[in-house]
Amino acid sequence: MLEQMAKRSVPLLKQLLSSSAAASSSCSSRFTSHRSVTYMPRPGDGSPRAVTLIPGDGIGPLVTGAVEQVMEAMHAPVYFERYDVHGDMPKVPQEVIDSIKKNKVCLKGGLATPMGGGVSSLNVQLRKQLDLYASLVNCFNLPGLPTRHENVDIVVIRENTEGEYAGLEHEVVPGVVESLKVITKFCSERIAKYAFEYAYLNNRRKVTAVHKANIMKLADGLFLESCREVATKYPGIKYNEIIVDNCCMQLVSKPEQFDVMVTPNLYGNLVANTAAGIAGGTGVMPGGNVGADHAVFEQGASAGNVGNEKVTEQKKANPVALLLSSAMMLRHLQFPSFADRLETAVKHVIFEGKHRTKDLGGNSTTQEVVDAVIAALD
Amino acid sequence: MSLQSFLSVFRRGTLFPFSPSFVELERVKFQHIPQTSPAIMAFKQILSRALRSRPDQILSSPSAFSAARAFSSAPITATLFPGDGIGPEIAESVKQIFREAEVPIEWEEHYVGTEIDPRTQSFLTWESLESVRRNRVGLKGPMATPIGKGHRSLNLTLRKELNLYANVRPCYSLPGYKTRYDDVNLVTIRENTEGEYSGLEHQVVRGVVESLKIITRQASLRVAEYAFHYAKAHGRERVSAIHKANIMQKTDGLFLKCCREVAEKYPEITYEEVVIDNCCMMLVKNPALFDVLVMPNLYGDIISDLCAGLIGGLGLTPSCNIGEGGIALAEAVHGSAPDIAGKNLANPTALLLSGVSMLRHLELHDKADRIQKAVLETIAEGKYRTADLGGSSTTSDFTRAICDHL
Repeated sequence: MLEQMAKRSVPLLKQLLSSSAAASSSCSSRFTSHRSVTYMPRPGDGSPRAVTLIPGDGIGPLVTGAVEQVMEAMHAPVYFERYDVHGDMPKVPQEVIDSIKKNKVCLKGGLATPMGGGVSSLNVQLRKQLDLYASLVNCFNLPGLPTRHENVDIVVIRENTEGEYAGLEHEVVPGVVESLKVITKFCSERIAKYAFEYAYLNNRRKVTAVHKANIMKLADGLFLESCREVATKYPGIKYNEIIVDNCCMQLVSKPEQFDVMVTPNLYGNLVANTAAGIAGGTGVMPGGNVGADHAVFEQGASAGNVGNEKVTEQKKANPVALLLSSAMMLRHLQFPSFADRLETAVKHVIFEGKHRTKDLGGNSTTQEVVDAVIAALD
Repeated sequence: MSLQSFLSVFRRGTLFPFSPSFVELERVKFQHIPQTSPAIMAFKQILSRALRSRPDQILSSPSAFSAARAFSSAPITATLFPGDGIGPEIAESVKQIFREAEVPIEWEEHYVGTEIDPRTQSFLTWESLESVRRNRVGLKGPMATPIGKGHRSLNLTLRKELNLYANVRPCYSLPGYKTRYDDVNLVTIRENTEGEYSGLEHQVVRGVVESLKIITRQASLRVAEYAFHYAKAHGRERVSAIHKANIMQKTDGLFLKCCREVAEKYPEITYEEVVIDNCCMMLVKNPALFDVLVMPNLYGDIISDLCAGLIGGLGLTPSCNIGEGGIALAEAVHGSAPDIAGKNLANPTALLLSGVSMLRHLELHDKADRIQKAVLETIAEGKYRTADLGGSSTTSDFTRAICDHL
């Protein structure tokens, strides 16, 4: 009886061993995840979590569809609740806000803001309503993607609710328009605290504050004061300040000197897009918006996150940014090993270079990249 | 009017805007010597004989004004502010090169005073400002504002007193000086008086500060007019307005409206509008996409410094401030580098190229081309380079090399 079982199980065992050997040899050895890292969950952590999904406009549905496909292939314990929001709606529908408040986490494609049309941007509205006060963009060189700048690994943390985007404008007399830039100690302090806490938790060495306090002495001066106060509480992290125009010049010539950058609203927009541009383009940089209670993950830098019509028609949008952002989302939801697998697969596909969309110099469609990522999942 | 336009087509370099805008009227008043060839002189004589019914109107046109000047060899007076630190050395270098190239400019030198002039509330004397207003052109080296209270910064004084409303920075890659970007060839034109830098800030309550950003129709129209005029005069094909009107709808919306109005008057120049985050990204990925950029104050500050970084830093970037009444003050935007002052190590390239853009404003195009070519060739050759470009020559060697290349 035992001999019979042994006879039956040996070929099965051989088959299992040979298939696993084949699988491990297909991935490059650099990217095979070794089983030495283990995350200990609490009982019940594996139950599926609901995540609000907003496909958005333009290339949004395409790339969020890509994320859904990859999540299914990984059997990740998330399920998506889809809501349709378009950039030309007057405000974000209440049911969407309620859903995000219930789920606490949202994944979003880009929302196109009509230019000068009197409709305020829905992106900004969403951030203000949910008080997502920190926007994070992680700009780093992906191995295998050639860029002009090496050794880039910058995280731009940008205040997301006030500053120049307060939206308080009025026409004084015909031909003269005023716009208010509001800086408060409360918001500056909490963004500085978030930046230093992020640096501390992620083992980052330096925080740089970006400002223009030589001209806007009171406003940016208040921001700098808050940053300096928080810096004294983290003596292990180096802190320095840089003026925004010098900062852009240094980003273009010596980006390796920057680590974490904390900025008010407008400068953060510029610095994040510049940093994303030097590190590989906005099609690959992950990012998100986080507040005390909620988090919304989207493509990192805001340039081109709606794409143009040609890209949408030909279905050649780059899903990498949103895939890496969804990996950040999985970590936020405390599924770190799924996040690791997803990131490894995406980086492997980029490194191989066979499936790249147009903005990275290749010619693949979104679907081809997604299939490659699914195939690279181990 | 049609005759004038006919003649202006033959005049080298400048294509006068055909619509009588206030900018054109200003330039007509202060027309300097364009280069007229004998063929054009003959043509003018024939025309004046043929259209004898209106000789006065023809001769009072700028072409006649320039004809008189072309025969006289009266040099143009220009104000020179050598500045502090390395300023005097590089100003000396510029003077030497201009002398070798036989540029018809006489320099009127002015220095920053040692005490505050009560008429200007700063260290710049009233005489120096009057001289710039009189001469209409100037060249300024790096000036260090002394720290202290009770006086305005030097740059602010110049800007307010001379009403300098546009800052023009042509950024082009220097062949031979390798940076990560090889194909940069763009011009940034930045509105210099209002916008976010109005300096109007106040504390509402403790911990809440407001800062006002002001955009007016007049200032936006002025800078847009200059931008399109510049594009036309220098043969540029595209003007891009940089904005954030999806968020700041009224302010940047007004700026865009003014740019659109001016764009309609120049149908041969392509006009586009680019949101600033797209612009930043495109600049670092592919700067060849841009030609002339026109923007309000804050964006202009950041983007023009970004473009300077693309071509190699502020030590190589020329800059020119345009004021009301056709005043042009070219300046070197780098600092005064007190640590290498007096040691003959400074790089005069920024001041030289600013001088070149000043010559172009004066329409001395062939002199400007000669000097620019000489500078670019010297840097491209690589034998004589100052320390900041990676070489070991002194300022005087570098200057002599440029003179040899002329």
